[in-house]
Amino acid sequence: MQKKVYIYRSFERFWHWMQAIIIFFLAMTGFEIHGSISFFGYQNAVKYHNIAAYAFIILIIFAIFWHFSTGEWRQYLPTARNLKAQINYYLLGIFSNAPHPTRKTVLSKLNPLQKLVYLGLKILVIPTMVISGLLYMFYRYPQNSSIVGMNIGSIKVIALFHTAGAFLLLAFIIVHLYLITTGTTVTSNLKAMITGYEELETEETTDIKKINSESIAEKVKPEVTNE
Amino acid sequence: MKKIVLSLVLIGLIIIGTISYLSSKETEPTKLVLLKEKLSNKITPSVDHTKFAILQKKFNSPQEITEACISCHTERAKEVMQSNHWNWESPEYIKGRGVVYLGKKNAINNFCIGVEGNEKSCAKCHIGFGMTDKIFSFTDPRNVDCLVCHDNTETYAKAAEMGGAPVTTLNFNNIAQHVGEPKRSNCGVCHFFGGGGNNVKHGDLEKSMFDPSRDVDVHMNSEGTNLQCVDCHKTEKHVITGEIYSMASMNRNRSTCESCHSDNPHQDAILNKHTLKVACQTCHIPVYAKVNETNTDWDWSAAGKLKNGEPFEVDDKEGNHTYLSIKGSFKWGKNLEPEYIWFNGTAEHYLLGDTVSDPSKPLVLNTLNGSYPDKESKIIPVKIHRAIQPFDPLNKMLIQPKLFADNKGEGAFWKDFDWQTASAVGMKDANLPFSGKVSFIKTEMYWPINHMVSSKENTVKCTECHSRENSRLANLTDFYMPARDYSPFIDTVGTGILIFSLLGIFIHGTIRIISKRKLRKRA
Repeated sequence: MQKKVYIYRSFERFWHWMQAIIIFFLAMTGFEIHGSISFFGYQNAVKYHNIAAYAFIILIIFAIFWHFSTGEWRQYLPTARNLKAQINYYLLGIFSNAPHPTRKTVLSKLNPLQKLVYLGLKILVIPTMVISGLLYMFYRYPQNSSIVGMNIGSIKVIALFHTAGAFLLLAFIIVHLYLITTGTTVTSNLKAMITGYEELETEETTDIKKINSESIAEKVKPEVTNE
Repeated sequence: MKKIVLSLVLIGLIIIGTISYLSSKETEPTKLVLLKEKLSNKITPSVDHTKFAILQKKFNSPQEITEACISCHTERAKEVMQSNHWNWESPEYIKGRGVVYLGKKNAINNFCIGVEGNEKSCAKCHIGFGMTDKIFSFTDPRNVDCLVCHDNTETYAKAAEMGGAPVTTLNFNNIAQHVGEPKRSNCGVCHFFGGGGNNVKHGDLEKSMFDPSRDVDVHMNSEGTNLQCVDCHKTEKHVITGEIYSMASMNRNRSTCESCHSDNPHQDAILNKHTLKVACQTCHIPVYAKVNETNTDWDWSAAGKLKNGEPFEVDDKEGNHTYLSIKGSFKWGKNLEPEYIWFNGTAEHYLLGDTVSDPSKPLVLNTLNGSYPDKESKIIPVKIHRAIQPFDPLNKMLIQPKLFADNKGEGAFWKDFDWQTASAVGMKDANLPFSGKVSFIKTEMYWPINHMVSSKENTVKCTECHSRENSRLANLTDFYMPARDYSPFIDTVGTGILIFSLLGIFIHGTIRIISKRKLRKRA
């Protein structure tokens, strides 16, 4: 039966949208610093990029805390199960109105493809960006004893990692913005991330408000429909 | 309730953040305020020279004035006689050469080439009297010219081609009674006109600096801070700070911006970080030769043409010589953007008598050392002066020709216009071999740009260097600079991924729309 389920909690939505805004802003200012576009003016772009970077890091710290305290991190454990079906769905099934191969529930919000991509962002791309970004901010040119800090001869390698990561993040955002239209209806995913509620096919009356973190840890397993 | 509290907290934080960000802009940089306050205190002299009897008597020779000075300032002449301004040389350590007495005697320049054999004319800018030929007494304190630096009446003047002696018609009593700390006018009479005319050499030191506007030089602006040369070129016991790298080789005794402004002068931390690798001048002197043209090219090979047997000159509409029979042809430039190099404060020099290993390449007469990995190096702005100079192709050395003489027939180029004899006489004077053949090679001289500092509104903008195209630092390729540099591979692949994503979305979306319509029709 279709039921309106509270699936995204307020912090999760706040974190998601803040992250979206900050990454978009970092990309705007970052690609200005990179010399690709000009919008804010170079000096402002540098200043704003640094401020946004701090905001991003603070947000990440909160998000990490949230992921572990709620057990939500298990949502991102990768699985090969249904992965092929999900890819087939995006490549073929979606055009013939085939049903989603992975059923979305409170305990398993992500399809296997999402798990894989989001995990990659969380443990590869974003850490690369944060670490290279911090090095970019705080490295020092080799100086005679007068400067205490990291002595890095050239920012070239740091800058190249940072640029490569930026391209990947931007590509992710573009594809992500499109894929949110592939829910039950074109806007259902978007509405869910704004309000927290989504119409889901469900048997039991799972409501996120009634589940504590431990039970999530137990119950988070990919649920598969056999259609 | 919880939501209301949270949103109030959030709004509060945003307001506090905005206010603190905006208000930080309004505070004055206190360092600058303190500096201005300090510089507004002018020192009143402790004595009035008009009251000294010894300065009332009639002076029959310039040496007598110096004697009068020394009678009170008994030790000062000794200090002067230790100075570079007097000796025209100083001991310098040059890598690969050891300690060399380096100065006008043995360094070759890009302008009138060298002093050797031309002393009588060049001595107009020596702080002494009686340098009429090579035999000059550097040990006689009576030859020290106190007034050229200390005259505060702005009337003292040295005569042309008199070995450093002053014009005889001056009111020496008035001048001697009005002496004091050197003014811009004292330093300027020589340093603005080096190379035989206004702004020939430096580019950033020329006659407009006698009385510069704020746009020309923010420090020396006569309606503003009105700094004199010695306010920055601090002097103790006649040792003046500041090195001139046409003749200096070592990183010492330099006059720096940081001595007043510190090396963290900005409010913006990222700008302050630049000071590790970028000299102040690089951003704060966007252009030089702001008022009058500076000489940029000097071609000696064109010299010697005569009209009806007489030397002639051609001037451009600004009054600068574009051709002189005695010196060759010239190019001039105004409001020039400097070129940029790494510089660590040390230099190497081509000295008179050195052999040139590769005459096909321009010979750099003063190589300024530096590179990105070198900890001492910073990016500095320079004027690169380019010339074509007489060269002995067999001995592979630059020629020091005899240029100046009182009379024809002494072999001087400026009288006889013959490279062969001028070279032969000049090289003989210098005790150097000469093959009898004269050709010409390209030479370059590097002049660090330190003056004509612009106001803060007119500094070089970020994107004048941080840009893909037309970066001021396009020639300094030994480091990665954001916006100028990128990996073509990463940028191409990255852009490719973005285009591929957009294209994929477009195709996927189109098929979705079409197939949805088909399904709807079927239903």
